Amino acid sequence: MELTGAQILMECLLEQDVDTVFGYPGGTILNVYDALYGYEDKIHHILTAHEQGASHAADGYARSTGKVGVCFATSGPGATNLTTGIATAYMDSSPVVFITCNVSENLIGKDSFQEVDITGISMPITKCNYLVSDVNKLADTIRAAFAIARSGRPGPVLVDILKNVTAEKAEYEKLDRASHYSSGKLGVLMKRASDNFNTPKADEKDIDILVDMIKASEKPLLICGGGVVRGRAQEEFTEFAEKIDSPVAVTLMGGGGFKGRNPLTTGMIGMHGSQASNMACDGCDLLIAVGCRFSDRVALNPATFAQQAKIVQIDIDRSEINKNVKVDHHIIGDAKHVLQKLNEKLTQEDHTEWKKYVFSFKTESEYDEGGDTLTPKQILATIARMVPQDTIVATDVGQHQMWAIQHFHFDYAGQLLTSGGFGTMGFGLGAALGAKVGNPEKTVIHITGDGSFRMNCNELSTEQFYDIPVITFIFDNRTLGMVRQWQSLIYDKRYCETTLDRGPDFVKLAEAYGLKGRRVSSVEELEGAIQEALEYGHGYVIDCAIDIDEMVRPMVGGGSHITEFMID
Amino acid sequence: MGEMRVHTLAVLVDNEAGVLSQVSRLFSRKGYNIESLAVGTTESPDTSRITIEVVADDDHIALVANQLRKLYPVHSVKLLNPDNSIKRELLMVKVKAEDGSKRNEIIQIANIFRAQIIDVSIGSLTLAMIGDATKNQGLEKILEEFEIIETVRTGAISLERGTQNIYDQTKEKGEFDYGKNVL
Repeated sequence: MELTGAQILMECLLEQDVDTVFGYPGGTILNVYDALYGYEDKIHHILTAHEQGASHAADGYARSTGKVGVCFATSGPGATNLTTGIATAYMDSSPVVFITCNVSENLIGKDSFQEVDITGISMPITKCNYLVSDVNKLADTIRAAFAIARSGRPGPVLVDILKNVTAEKAEYEKLDRASHYSSGKLGVLMKRASDNFNTPKADEKDIDILVDMIKASEKPLLICGGGVVRGRAQEEFTEFAEKIDSPVAVTLMGGGGFKGRNPLTTGMIGMHGSQASNMACDGCDLLIAVGCRFSDRVALNPATFAQQAKIVQIDIDRSEINKNVKVDHHIIGDAKHVLQKLNEKLTQEDHTEWKKYVFSFKTESEYDEGGDTLTPKQILATIARMVPQDTIVATDVGQHQMWAIQHFHFDYAGQLLTSGGFGTMGFGLGAALGAKVGNPEKTVIHITGDGSFRMNCNELSTEQFYDIPVITFIFDNRTLGMVRQWQSLIYDKRYCETTLDRGPDFVKLAEAYGLKGRRVSSVEELEGAIQEALEYGHGYVIDCAIDIDEMVRPMVGGGSHITEFMID
Repeated sequence: MGEMRVHTLAVLVDNEAGVLSQVSRLFSRKGYNIESLAVGTTESPDTSRITIEVVADDDHIALVANQLRKLYPVHSVKLLNPDNSIKRELLMVKVKAEDGSKRNEIIQIANIFRAQIIDVSIGSLTLAMIGDATKNQGLEKILEEFEIIETVRTGAISLERGTQNIYDQTKEKGEFDYGKNVL
C-alpha cells in the first residue's frame, strides 16, 4: 500500500513492537507528529519538557526493560539538545533509536532555519547513523537502525529524515522482524558482516585455556561489568562465580549483574571501590573481567592494575580487548553464551583461604552515625528498608550516586540506572520517568543531588502531567559535593564555585509543578515522608538535608595505584 | 608506547557519503595525523577502497583497525605488510623552465627517472611520475634546482603481492582470527 514517509515510520515502529516514544515536536518533524495523531491508540507518545529529558527517558526505558528505546526530536536545536543523551547512551551501551527530521532537500546545506548537520555531529557518539533522503529507503533504514541498536554491544543509532521525505509517498509492505534480516540494507549487512548481528560464538580453544587458568589459580577475582547487565547474564555469572568460589568485585555499570547480598561480593571496585575489592585486585593471581572495559575509574593506573595477576577479558566487543589494560587472555562473545560454555566445563573449586584474606578487608565503608544531621547511609538504609526490594533506582551523578551504589543491594539487571561512562548530571529524572513508563508495576525512585536535580528538574512537569509516580530523593548538601570533595582533598579546600547556597526551595518547586514535596532532616521525618510518598501514589520529592562536608569513602586518586587510598 | 613507524592500511568501505569522514575521524581522535590518504572505487562501483598511511605504534594501529572494523559501512580492514605489498603514488611537479637549455636539462632528468612531461608552456614544464615514495622524493629533490612552482601527489595506493587480497580478511573471516589469542 502507498503511504507517506511519516506513516511508513509509524508502521516500522509497530513492526518493532514499539508502543512508547519520548519526544518533542517542531517544524521539520511536523509530518511525523501529524501521522502520529492517527496512531495514538498504538503508540503512546510522552512529551517531555526538553529534548534532553526525552533522550534520557528513552535511555532509562531501554536500560530497565532491555527493549530498544525510541526518541523523537526536530531539526536544529531539537537535535542538538539530544546530543548529551545520545552520548550518555553510547558510553553505557544502551540501545536507543533517535529519530530526528531535518529541513527539506531544497533547503539542505543553505544554513536554513533550524538546520544542523546532526549526522555529522552525532558521528562519534552513535553506533551508526543515517540520513534518509529517499522515501523508498526509509523503511529499510529504520529496520537496520533497530537491528543495529540492539545487536552485539548495544548502543544508540540516529536516523535523520529530511522533511520532504516524511511527506512523500512510497509503497510500504509490512515485514515481520525475522524477515528484515534477509531483505534490503540488513540483508546486505548480514551477508558481509553477520557477526555484527549474530553474536560471535565463543571459541572452544579460548574457553579451554581459561578453564585451565582457573584450575591453576589459587587467588582468583571476578569483575562483574556492564556487559553482564546488558547481556542479562546474571544467572550464568552467579553460577560461574560460585563454581570458581571467587570473590566478585562489581563495577558501577555492573550493578545488578551480581546480587548485592551474595556472600561472594566485595562491593564496588576502583576509585570509590571497597577496600576488599581493591586489595583483592592487587593481590589476586587471576583476574577475570566479564563485560568490563577497564575504564580509568576502575583500572585507575593501567600499568599497575592487578599487577600480580594474569588478566582475562571476556567481552562482546573485540575493540575493547587490550584497549585500556593489556590482557593475558581474552574471549570474544556474549557474556551469557561464554559463561554457559565455561560453566559446563568447570568443576567446583574451593578458595576458602583466599576468601578469608579478601573478606578480612571491609566491603563497605564505615560512615559516622551522625549526630543531629542525617547521613547518606541513614537515608539509604531507611529507603532500602521501606521500599519494595525490586525497586528500580535511577541516579544522577556525583556523591549521591556513589553512596547509592555502595549502600543499596541490587538484585537484578536493569534495577540500577546510572550514567557511568559519560557521568551525565541531570540523567536521573528522565531515566526514572522512562523506567516507570516501561515498568509500571514496579516502584521507581530517583536518587539525586541538589546540583544534578537543578539541571533537569523541568521534567517534573512531565512527571505530573502523565502522572508517572516517581519518588525523588535529593541529597541536599547545598554544594556540588563530589567536586567539593576533590577541592577538599586535592585543592587545599579552595571551594571555588561549588557552593550552592541559593534556591530554589525544592518543596515549593515540587508544589509549583503540582507534585508533593517535603524537606526532612531526621530519620523520623524521612520515614514519615517515604510512607506518605508510597501511599500518595503520585510524583513526590523528598529533600534530605545532609552535611556539606560529607565525603564518599574510600577514595583512590585518579591514575594512582588501586590500593593507595586517599581516605578510608 | 611502542616504536612509531609508518603503517599502511587498506580499508574497503561502502561507496557512500560520510564514510570517509567516519574513517578519518578515528585517526584524528587518537591524535594521529594521516600522512596520506587515497580513495577510489573498486571493481564494484558500490565499494570504495581507502589506502591510509599513518605514523603510529604497532599496538595502537591494531586498536584503530579494530575500531574501524566496528563501523557498519566498513567491509574489511587490512594492515599491509610492507615486505609483501607493492605501493605506488602519482606525483606531478610544475617546474620553472624559462629558456631552452633549462627545458633540455629538465627533459633529460625526466628521461632518467622515466617521468613523463605532461604539459609544456613558455615558462614551465610539468612532469608526472608514478613510483614509490623514495623515487618520487628523489625526482622532487633534483627538480628543486630549477625552482618548483607547485607539487601535487595522490598519496600512496597499495596492493598485496601474489594472489593475496583484501577479501581474505572480510569481517566474516578475518575478524574472528583476532578473537584467537596469544598467551
